[in-house]
Amino acid sequence: MPGTDPRPPSATQSPPPAVVREGGRTLPSPALAEARRTMEICNACRYCESFCPVFPAMELRRAFSDGDLGYLANLCHNCKGCWHACQYAPPHEWGLNLPRAFAELRAETYASHAWPRGLGRVFERNGMVVSLATALCLAAVMILTVLLQDQATLSASHGGPGAFYAVIPWGVMAGLGGLTFGWAVLAMALGARSFWRASGGGAISRAALRAALRDAGQTRHLGGGGEGCNDIDERFGMGRRHFHLAMMWGFLLCFAATIAGTVMDHGFGWAAPYSWYSVPVVLGTAGGIGLMAGTAGLFAIKFATDRAPEATGLWGMDLGLLALLHLTALTGLALLAWRHTPAMGWLLAIHLGFVLALFVTLPYGKMVHGVYRLLALVRHHREQQAR
Amino acid sequence: MANQGETHDVLIAGGGNAALCAAITAAERGARVLIAEAAPKGFRAGNSRHTRNLRTAHEAPTRLLSGRYPVAEYLDDLMRVTAGKTDERLARITIEESAGLAEWMHARGVRFQPAISGTLSLERTNPFFRGGGKAMMNAYYLTAARLGVEVIYDAEVIGLEIDKGVFSAAQVRHRGFERRIAARAFIAASGGFQANFDWLEEAWGPAARNFLIRGTPYAKGTVLRLLLDAGFASVAEADQCHAIAIDARGPRFDGGIATRIDSVPFSIMVNREAQRFYDEGEDFWPKRYAIWGRLIAKQPDQIAWSIIDAKAEELFLPPLYPPIRAQSIAGLAEALGLDPAALGATVDAYNAACDAEGPFDPGVLDGRRTHGLTPPKTNWARPIDQPPYIGFPLRPGITFTYLGVKVDESAAAQMADGGRAENIYAAGEIMAGNVLGQGYLGGLGLTIGSVFGRRAGEAAARHARH
Repeated sequence: MPGTDPRPPSATQSPPPAVVREGGRTLPSPALAEARRTMEICNACRYCESFCPVFPAMELRRAFSDGDLGYLANLCHNCKGCWHACQYAPPHEWGLNLPRAFAELRAETYASHAWPRGLGRVFERNGMVVSLATALCLAAVMILTVLLQDQATLSASHGGPGAFYAVIPWGVMAGLGGLTFGWAVLAMALGARSFWRASGGGAISRAALRAALRDAGQTRHLGGGGEGCNDIDERFGMGRRHFHLAMMWGFLLCFAATIAGTVMDHGFGWAAPYSWYSVPVVLGTAGGIGLMAGTAGLFAIKFATDRAPEATGLWGMDLGLLALLHLTALTGLALLAWRHTPAMGWLLAIHLGFVLALFVTLPYGKMVHGVYRLLALVRHHREQQAR
Repeated sequence: MANQGETHDVLIAGGGNAALCAAITAAERGARVLIAEAAPKGFRAGNSRHTRNLRTAHEAPTRLLSGRYPVAEYLDDLMRVTAGKTDERLARITIEESAGLAEWMHARGVRFQPAISGTLSLERTNPFFRGGGKAMMNAYYLTAARLGVEVIYDAEVIGLEIDKGVFSAAQVRHRGFERRIAARAFIAASGGFQANFDWLEEAWGPAARNFLIRGTPYAKGTVLRLLLDAGFASVAEADQCHAIAIDARGPRFDGGIATRIDSVPFSIMVNREAQRFYDEGEDFWPKRYAIWGRLIAKQPDQIAWSIIDAKAEELFLPPLYPPIRAQSIAGLAEALGLDPAALGATVDAYNAACDAEGPFDPGVLDGRRTHGLTPPKTNWARPIDQPPYIGFPLRPGITFTYLGVKVDESAAAQMADGGRAENIYAAGEIMAGNVLGQGYLGGLGLTIGSVFGRRAGEAAARHARH
């Protein structure tokens, strides 16, 4: 029988443990049911236990509540080591695909813990939502600029302290920025509280928090079991980890630059623009370059990777944030380069448009993964320290 | 892709651990190697895909292993489980060479995990691969590709051209088309015949139809049969194999590790008549799991049930399939399809015999034995009296068969008339019976495959290059 599969139909009962649970109250979502089915098989196998913290956390449990699964899904860093190592991955009849199952469940946790609750729906078509929000913010800032300023002011060369405010008044800039960023912080904090409670609650010890921050700062678990992630295929590599580090620290440096600028402005009365050697410019330049390099690298990996373990339906969310961060950094650096030319007015408006879009979509896009993953790491260390 | 007319130095049938160890070794010595793997790429690597560790000797603690596991102790262990049914010279070679394996593997991309808490307490004897056997095989395939080894998938060797012990070419069915592949040397690393139910039935009778096969469905023994028919000498009996007790609800093939049930030592095992048939508490589970496949194979309908109560439920790894529960023994019997009266009597008799003093301790041989019961349960005997009562159905799960081709120390296949094949070698399950005449020692299958895979690769390359 050339080409035929020698496998006869399964002996008795397959595929194993299905959706319906003893004593289950609600019918779980498909993503939740698939994550549970997968974890139950993984917990009977355990070959992957040295890849990442998901498996040691799994081994502490014999059954998986919805909250447990949300926690485990967010503890997963999508290194894909378990997919390439899985003896039950397709074409095996059980068809396990843990990275994809967890990616889909993660997106559900982002939606279900969003604040206000109704806005969770934006995670369904996140790429489109982020794109539209960006377009609207850009348009709004540019229209506002035109309305507030005459053509001459916009296209004039400004220099010296307060030059930026000549284009967009300080009150508008700080007001809009403060409002949207404040909202984002509030929404993400409430989402974090909701996620923490759903995954079991409990006190957060300083030791667990410190350990989690250390892991997050190094993106330790993008190192897989020590050899890196399966970025593209079954080969291991540190590409994704290094690009993510560049992006994350780039973002944080840009954030630090903003804080430094605010302190210099309001604390010392030194208004921007600042010199090339000033703290905000040095931090912002380094951060912007890191952001651009990191996001570009992650973009490239995304397009080269084997798609089988990927939740490609959710790529809009990933690519949306990558693009937004990249463009925010790009326009920021362009503004820095040409701030003393007549292009400054429009460059500033465009850059602030992207910044506004970033702030507005912060709690309603991929950025929330940082919050939930950090909390999952806290829970992981809390559990392991309690053992 | 291999061209029809071209002659390779080494043709290897099979794509598991032994095949890749042979391919890498031969390619490192300059040979042009072609691997014909019967499975499609997604199912490549045979049973190696389901493995997790191998057994290695070491004279001092290593980065991966605690304590020491001297060659002499290893050999003693092997002698005990096989009851002496081993070729002692080949056994000694296997064990002595096992000491350097982990390092050799690491140099070829295989990664190990630090000694683990251990479900099988093997931290002294067996290094574990990070991610298990499929991850190991991925590393080997990458290494082989770097060395220029060619691999064709969906390629089953179905005929061998052998004249007076000299191999010249193989007939290979590749993606449905037959082709002839010529080579200067041939390595059979195509596994046992455990996935061939007709052959199993020749050895076991109709009972074989109730077996589950834990690993690859592609191990049909085609090459083994070709070699035996061509006059090569066999080793081990056809009914000898590595067989454990696994969940009867598992798939016919490829259930792998996940369908095992570790409840036996904390349970009573009953057959279809609801009668006990062997001492469940004879020794620690890691030392006994490999006998229960055969024990159940000898029971009516090749099925048995492990019965525990609520006290024991969390003493072993969570099972894949849900436990079958009931509030009474009679209710459990009904749920399992057993005679309630018979099961009740068996449990009552067992409970009455559980009169041992001293604490129950799953971590040691606690000596809590039954008295006046046949067969006895010699450790961990506690009354089954706390609902819910729980049962698991178990069947024999065959890992691999031992009947194989007789080889010498260079893995060269031996002729039945005493001659030695010129350029035909065997490695892995297809010759494991040389060392394992019966019984099993965890991780030994891969050790044999690695040691003889390397030897076959070396000898085949030497032959082909001269």
